[in-house]
Amino acid sequence: MATRTTRARLAAVGLLSALALVTAACGGAIGERAGASGQATMWGITGAPMQNILEQSVEDWSSAHPDQQIAVDFFGADAYKSKVRTAVGADEGPTLIYGWGGGGLKAYVDAGKVLDLTPYLADRPQLRDRYAGAVADNGVIDGRTYGIPNNAGGPVMLYYNKTLFAEAGVAPPATWGELMALVGVFAERGVAPIALAGQSRWTSMMWLEYLVDRIGGAEVFKSVLAGEPNAWAHPAMRDALVKIQELVAAGGFAEGFSSIAADNKADQALLRTGRAAMLLQLGGTYAAIKNDAPDFVDQLGYVPFPIVEGGTGDPRNLVGNPANVWSISAQATPEQRDTALDYLTEAVFDKPYVDAFLQAGSAPAVVGIQDELNGPGTTDYMRTVYGWTTGAPNYQLSWDQALAPDQAAALLTNLELVFLQQQTPDQFIAAMNATIG
Amino acid sequence: MTAATAARPSVARVAAPSAWYAAPAAAFFLVFAVLPVGALVVLSFTSWDGLSAIAFDGGESWRSVLTSEVTLAALGVTGKIMLFSFLVQAPASLLLGTFTAGRQRYRAVLAVLYFLPLLLSSAAVALAFKALLDPNFGIGTASGLDVLRQDWLGNSDLVLFVVVFVIAWQFVPFHTLIYQGGVRQIPRSLYEAAEIDGAGRVRQFFAITLPQLKYTIITSSTLMVVGSLTYFDLVFVLTAGGPGYATRLLPLHMYLTGFQANEMGAASAIGVLLVLLGLGLALVVQRLGGRDRAASEMEGA
Repeated sequence: MATRTTRARLAAVGLLSALALVTAACGGAIGERAGASGQATMWGITGAPMQNILEQSVEDWSSAHPDQQIAVDFFGADAYKSKVRTAVGADEGPTLIYGWGGGGLKAYVDAGKVLDLTPYLADRPQLRDRYAGAVADNGVIDGRTYGIPNNAGGPVMLYYNKTLFAEAGVAPPATWGELMALVGVFAERGVAPIALAGQSRWTSMMWLEYLVDRIGGAEVFKSVLAGEPNAWAHPAMRDALVKIQELVAAGGFAEGFSSIAADNKADQALLRTGRAAMLLQLGGTYAAIKNDAPDFVDQLGYVPFPIVEGGTGDPRNLVGNPANVWSISAQATPEQRDTALDYLTEAVFDKPYVDAFLQAGSAPAVVGIQDELNGPGTTDYMRTVYGWTTGAPNYQLSWDQALAPDQAAALLTNLELVFLQQQTPDQFIAAMNATIG
Repeated sequence: MTAATAARPSVARVAAPSAWYAAPAAAFFLVFAVLPVGALVVLSFTSWDGLSAIAFDGGESWRSVLTSEVTLAALGVTGKIMLFSFLVQAPASLLLGTFTAGRQRYRAVLAVLYFLPLLLSSAAVALAFKALLDPNFGIGTASGLDVLRQDWLGNSDLVLFVVVFVIAWQFVPFHTLIYQGGVRQIPRSLYEAAEIDGAGRVRQFFAITLPQLKYTIITSSTLMVVGSLTYFDLVFVLTAGGPGYATRLLPLHMYLTGFQANEMGAASAIGVLLVLLGLGLALVVQRLGGRDRAASEMEGA
């Protein structure tokens, strides 16, 4: 393909940005179709179980509310992310916008593209009160609510291979010191202590997220998010970066970790084939391993991220993906807005919605489902995650989602250099401080 | 290529048909190339995140792009990949092209095999190599050869050559095809005369094949050099520009700046750089061997 270059073609490639925006903006026909009738529109993303649950929920809603119809369209996750941003920018987006919270949501808020839901919370308290723990905070920007959680997220947790731990006669680490000691234990036995899909970069980021939280508490990253000058230079940040490089230097991560990619699940494979003892990964990894290697699930252990000696962070704090959120477009007509609000209030996380999640093996962070969580078909894993999620004082959205996109890109690249020992903590801090302001 | 087309009317002005014949093509070119380039230049003087209103910021985007170390690094990487790709691909495809131009049946069979990579999409090639190069589950472990157990995609010194190799793997067949066509057009009589004079195979190659292929070499080299400015999909899937900035090519840098960091102004400035660079390179390569146009007509390569 690349070799067919002519001058015109080259120019066209140079113009990818302009053209892609124009064509994507032209694809707003779905928004127009509904605009006339007052029917609300909704864009979701494909993939089980969320797509099926959403489809069913909207279908039930629309048949019960003939005058408040909702039309839903689904897109693949990656395609959706660029499409929805362009569409919302051109005021052609859907009424109900599926989002990840964090930096993406903040960009919508700054551009005035989504509705401030705070005034409606007084009349519709369940929009906030039905969520347990800190999950609902994911839709809050500067103290005002712009997003309502719509699914069950998953905290990042430390998975381990129970068989390998039993053979070595050791227990999963509760402190950073224990974790560092385990590196030697497993290295001697010819097993990689920790599997890390370093090529994917967001995988490495999870180590920094938890270390900073455990050492300095949730406030360290919150000041970064608030854009405070020099926020990356917090001592906890430097300490965490130093600890990461110590762990790398000690041979903590599987050999060649920077060539391992998470998209072909090579890191999970290392863990379940007994070639690596531990893995720090997203909550969804449990379901993925259960699907790929049902026989291994009994040997799959999981613990919270260890505490760091002398650290001030609450050990119950979590990082990961609290939940995706629904936002309402600022372009919605009053009818569309009311339909969307009523749907969010009455249908999201009603009983069938919750049951569908439980059946899919995940525990949404909504209050009052303890009985259901002990019902048939539930697992210890679901109860554990529910307990952690509802008990976490702070549940930090993954940094690459929480930060503005340009900062997130800089973070991932600079952190990769730290893991490769090609950048010192001070260089990292200087590079990241330069992205503020 | 377009540079050659544009130059042709000046050579054959006397017999040229009405310029209106070019109108449809010109209109198409205007709408799909000139106009977007214009928009690109305009956008490069704005700061725009794709959501808010487009705001002119003078030369701020340009300043940030031109002073950023990442852009310089990307230029360096692009230059290296261009050079190494050329050094690897040009000799390989020239030799393979000459080899497959032979009429023997086994060569025809091999030629078909060699062309296989051309049928695969870049994304598929990249995904396959990514899996093959996995240090734990890839070719190194499967073959049991320790030499192949390297940190292929994670070692900053190694990864550039991995990318050059994979690009060559995919595009050598294309250039082989060009050279095969070129070699088959060389008149047999030249070789027969050389044989009578007692020239060996090697001598024939350097005295006949290579000089006769001059314009084929120029065509292929133009495509190779300018084409390396457009390597995107393969590298994006294979390394995403990493580790660090080790394989962040200019087009990749443009995409990541525009669609990952949402800095459309800066991305447009990089786009303008790419256009200028491409035009300049195409011009230089054409000039290198394009003086004797009459010979090029005879060659028909």
